[in-house]
Amino acid sequence: MAATSTGVYFTSYRRELALRHTRAEYARLVLVAVALVALPYTIDFYWLSIVNTILIATIGAVGLNILVGFTGQISLGQGGFLAVGAFSSALLYQRADLPAPLSIACAVVITAGAGALFGLPALRIKGLYLAIATLASQEIIVFVARRWEFLRDGASPLTVDRLHFGGFEITRELFEWQWYWILLTCAVLSVLAARNLFRSGLGRSFMAVRDQDIAASAIGVNVTRAKITAFAVSSGFVGFAGALSAHYTETVTWESFTLEVSILYLAMIIVGGLGSIAGAVYGAIFMMLVPVLLNEFLVPFGDDFPQVVSRLPAIENAVFGLVIILFLLFEARGLDRIWQRVKDYVRFWPFRY
Amino acid sequence: MNTFLNLTVYGLSDGAILALAALGFVLIYKSTSVINFAQGELLLIGGYTVYSTFVVFGMPLVLAVVVGVGIAILLGLLIERLVLRPLIGENPISVIMVTIGLAALLRAVIQLIFGTRPVSQPDLMPRTPVQLAPDTFVPLNRLLVVAVAAVVLVAFTLFFRRSRHGIAMRAVADDQQAALTVGISVRRVFALAWALAAVSALVGGVMLADVTEVSGRLATFGLLVFPVVILGGLDSVPGTIIGGLTIGLSAQYVSGYWDPGLAQIAPYVLLVAILLVRPYGLFGETRIERV
Repeated sequence: MAATSTGVYFTSYRRELALRHTRAEYARLVLVAVALVALPYTIDFYWLSIVNTILIATIGAVGLNILVGFTGQISLGQGGFLAVGAFSSALLYQRADLPAPLSIACAVVITAGAGALFGLPALRIKGLYLAIATLASQEIIVFVARRWEFLRDGASPLTVDRLHFGGFEITRELFEWQWYWILLTCAVLSVLAARNLFRSGLGRSFMAVRDQDIAASAIGVNVTRAKITAFAVSSGFVGFAGALSAHYTETVTWESFTLEVSILYLAMIIVGGLGSIAGAVYGAIFMMLVPVLLNEFLVPFGDDFPQVVSRLPAIENAVFGLVIILFLLFEARGLDRIWQRVKDYVRFWPFRY
Repeated sequence: MNTFLNLTVYGLSDGAILALAALGFVLIYKSTSVINFAQGELLLIGGYTVYSTFVVFGMPLVLAVVVGVGIAILLGLLIERLVLRPLIGENPISVIMVTIGLAALLRAVIQLIFGTRPVSQPDLMPRTPVQLAPDTFVPLNRLLVVAVAAVVLVAFTLFFRRSRHGIAMRAVADDQQAALTVGISVRRVFALAWALAAVSALVGGVMLADVTEVSGRLATFGLLVFPVVILGGLDSVPGTIIGGLTIGLSAQYVSGYWDPGLAQIAPYVLLVAILLVRPYGLFGETRIERV
């Protein structure tokens, strides 16, 4: 709630449940939509490829936030679930000749199932124990992906044919441009689905489990069902992101699903704001842009200080760690909260509060 | 017999190092209830600190280790003061995440200073082969690792049993408010826990670096403290010894008799099994939750 709200003035349940309440919010929605439509016409393909990876990350971060931010079940197994989604979609598309949309849909279902399976320990343990259990599942999934011959093309990593379904085909010249529209549609749908989930009873039960699971079970929330569904739904989103990344990058190797990836996604939702769909989007944008911008900023120094460029990965990691620590210390509720505060500041200006 | 004895000695020495790393972890968890994902990085920092005092600055070994211990204490205090104290009372996800961020930062700093390649360091402990059975030779340093770890662990146990500070730490672990009412400075105990954890990680890190190599791999080895502490119980000091030795031995046996690759995840499979059967570990305290 914005700080200017002085009370609740809804006159019908319909109005209260609406996603947007004021005219300014509709105006902002139109602005964002115009910006998203105009974006591919204003930037070159290099930047568009970065936007595309951000869109995929957005879906994954929204999925993880459902589990961590909304249900309070910390998971270090994100990379593993991305791997499940990516490998199953790639295999179904490549080896079983399923049309791409169907293979992606199957991947979503398979990953949701895997998520529910690995969520079973969450019924008995929570908090730190769960973090460690998901760490173990992450290591085990990546190990399987690394050692199983079936998941490779001989000695080289699994390659995926360029996306085509029906009469539609991605062309080489317009690769990033066409993918932008596909990924944008997927990301918007995912965000809408997640946003709506938390207006439903199921979503509310997730939040009740997060806030106090014993109290939630006392008021009649089926905690077992809520936890398992949360794992399944969240992994479904993550599997969707994994499947899209498999088709977009056209190769699938275990190296892109390591523990670092899990941590990167956790960092996204921390930086963006736990328990906020918008926060997951901001966090994905922020964490994916930081290394790119750091690169842009530091490479010009390369002529004078060659060691800067050779140490770039280390600098990136240091910045990554610092960003996580600083956000947790100074604004644990993330970019979402900062954005709220900026809006309030503008609204109250010239008064402080 | 030959392979078996060899694997046992290697497993015991790995386990001893793991026990030292896990000791620091348990210390921090017990007194501050923070899950420290940066424990592996403390091993890494320990290994590299002694490398730089011993090799880069050319100090004699004893002085190098003493200076290293000083640096470790300082680092532990700094981490506690700057990073974890502001987060006291925050939700566990934030606390876990901040140690993950800390891990990334510490690893990156080491990478910035020393690069990614392993650095070479002369042997700190002799590698002369020792005959254990008619046909079994093991390097002496592996045996020394076990001995040093045993000494350090005994010293820590005595510290908890006998010294004022050790007893204060146990009191805080038991009940923070009660400890405060009898006049124990909980802040000082928190700081002490981090300092001691850094020191035990330094000892572990230096020995691990000596039997393997001084490289980023030290931190990867540190991830294995999770299976160890889950097996032994998150808040049990004797549990770390049993857990460390079990994980060290089982990893070596799996790699020796079965498949070296599998040995990397065998501890995690064990971990999941323990979590399903007995989530509070062998010696951990069962906590009852109330609303």
